[in-house]
Amino acid sequence: MKIKNPIFTTEDLCAYYGDFMAIKHVTVKIPEKQVTAVMGPSGCGKTTFIRCLNRLHELTPGARITGKIFLRDQDILQMDPIIVRRKVGMVFQRPNPFPTMTIYENVLAGYKLLGIRLPKKEADRIVEEALKKAALWDEVKDVLHRRGTFLSGGQQQRLCIARALAVKPEVLLMDEPTSALDPKATLQIENLIVELKQTVTIIIVTHNMPQAGRISDYTAFFYLGELIEFGPTAEVFTNPKDPRTEEYLTGKFS
Amino acid sequence: MNHAYPARERWRRFKNRFILAAITVLALIPALPLFLILFQLFHKGISSLSLDFFIHLPAPPGESGGGIANAIVGTFIIVGLATLIGVPISILAGIYLSEYGKDTKFAEAVRVCADVLQGVPSIVIGIVAYAWVVRPMGHFSALSGSVALALMMIPVVVRTTEEVLRLVPDILREASLALGVPYWRTVLKVVLPTGMVGVTTGILIAVARIAGETAPLLFTAFGNQFMTLNPLEPMNALPLVIFNYATSPYEDWWQQAWGASIVLVLMVLGLNILSRLLARRIAGER
Repeated sequence: MKIKNPIFTTEDLCAYYGDFMAIKHVTVKIPEKQVTAVMGPSGCGKTTFIRCLNRLHELTPGARITGKIFLRDQDILQMDPIIVRRKVGMVFQRPNPFPTMTIYENVLAGYKLLGIRLPKKEADRIVEEALKKAALWDEVKDVLHRRGTFLSGGQQQRLCIARALAVKPEVLLMDEPTSALDPKATLQIENLIVELKQTVTIIIVTHNMPQAGRISDYTAFFYLGELIEFGPTAEVFTNPKDPRTEEYLTGKFS
Repeated sequence: MNHAYPARERWRRFKNRFILAAITVLALIPALPLFLILFQLFHKGISSLSLDFFIHLPAPPGESGGGIANAIVGTFIIVGLATLIGVPISILAGIYLSEYGKDTKFAEAVRVCADVLQGVPSIVIGIVAYAWVVRPMGHFSALSGSVALALMMIPVVVRTTEEVLRLVPDILREASLALGVPYWRTVLKVVLPTGMVGVTTGILIAVARIAGETAPLLFTAFGNQFMTLNPLEPMNALPLVIFNYATSPYEDWWQQAWGASIVLVLMVLGLNILSRLLARRIAGER
């Protein structure tokens, strides 16, 4: 299978926790400005895989990575992790707005925490733009100076998406972003993801097969740390090449 | 009720009530001394409280009247200076233990030392401050008292800071790191502010504890009959007034010692209540 414009290319990527090998020799190209779903049973290394892509994996004591990960043509393992993380944003499983900050400050956290001062006009513009992209602007535009933690779970998660988008990343990693949300909030986030792929590449870990089917263009299937299958979602779902993918998709194991 | 053995049933219920009543009364015992102390203080000391008492300097022996203005000011200066010395060191050490040292042997050793320091008798701390500060300077000073009190304060604030920061959820650290924020900035701008109310509570508790310490001040701040704002001179403090007056031969001074005790106890009580209110606010936010 040919991917023309890969934004991420991994070569023989392995990730370890101490002696335990959580990701085994993964070589894959992730297409730009598409939604790629990372699927597989619990403990198969999905989350570890995306945490390699912004080098958050290495923060776990004893964790390390071997192989190569290219962001376009730069090997991110040779780069300063701080620069990598500016280009590769992340949204977590549970909404995690900063409790000491207002909604406005949360959106600007990527600047404020780095000590970057923005002119008021510029800051206002970034906040409005990011919140609009995250489909949250209309709900919060009158309460921008309240604490982010006052929002509902779904709104908090969209606030976290806005916070990640505000620094204009090229890629947005999402680690089961809807698993802590109710169905309505989940639907809102799904619609948002489909919108966002116009401007940003999205790699999303999900346990939810219908969700992957609805929103993703490509699917990567992991099993026991190995990448078993990668291809257009429609193909992987209807005509899996590997029997293990088929078994997973038909619910034989999870 | 329909029971086969009504007599036994009644006996059981009686036992239950009797023991419940007994332990309820016993539960009052820890609370009782506080009220007895407050009663005793106000009973003996309320008559010495007057405006003059707060704004005047001590009268010479044999003369009546006079106040403890210098001791009140002195306590604020000595305790304030101790806080200024102790808090920055403690917060940085707490940050180290929680965010950097974690489970390393060095961090573990620091924890043990802090716990042992907390158990060192305050009179010994006073002697150490005497050797470190009073001897080299050649005279008693408020500063030496502050050093002694800071030594008592440090272990308490270090451990509470560490514990509070450990309670800050990791997902907030990761949220910040994932935005490309360096770890040290994450600690200073996310972790510390998130735990700040808890850290403040710890500081207040520590201040309340040292404000009433007498032994470390005896041969450091020493006491002073006059008003001074210079921390390099001997300075009076509330516990010193109480100690010196209560052991003096003058009845007037005994009376003033009671008054000073009320002031000191109310100060410490106020700090404790304030820290409780803050702690409740944290609990409310969770």
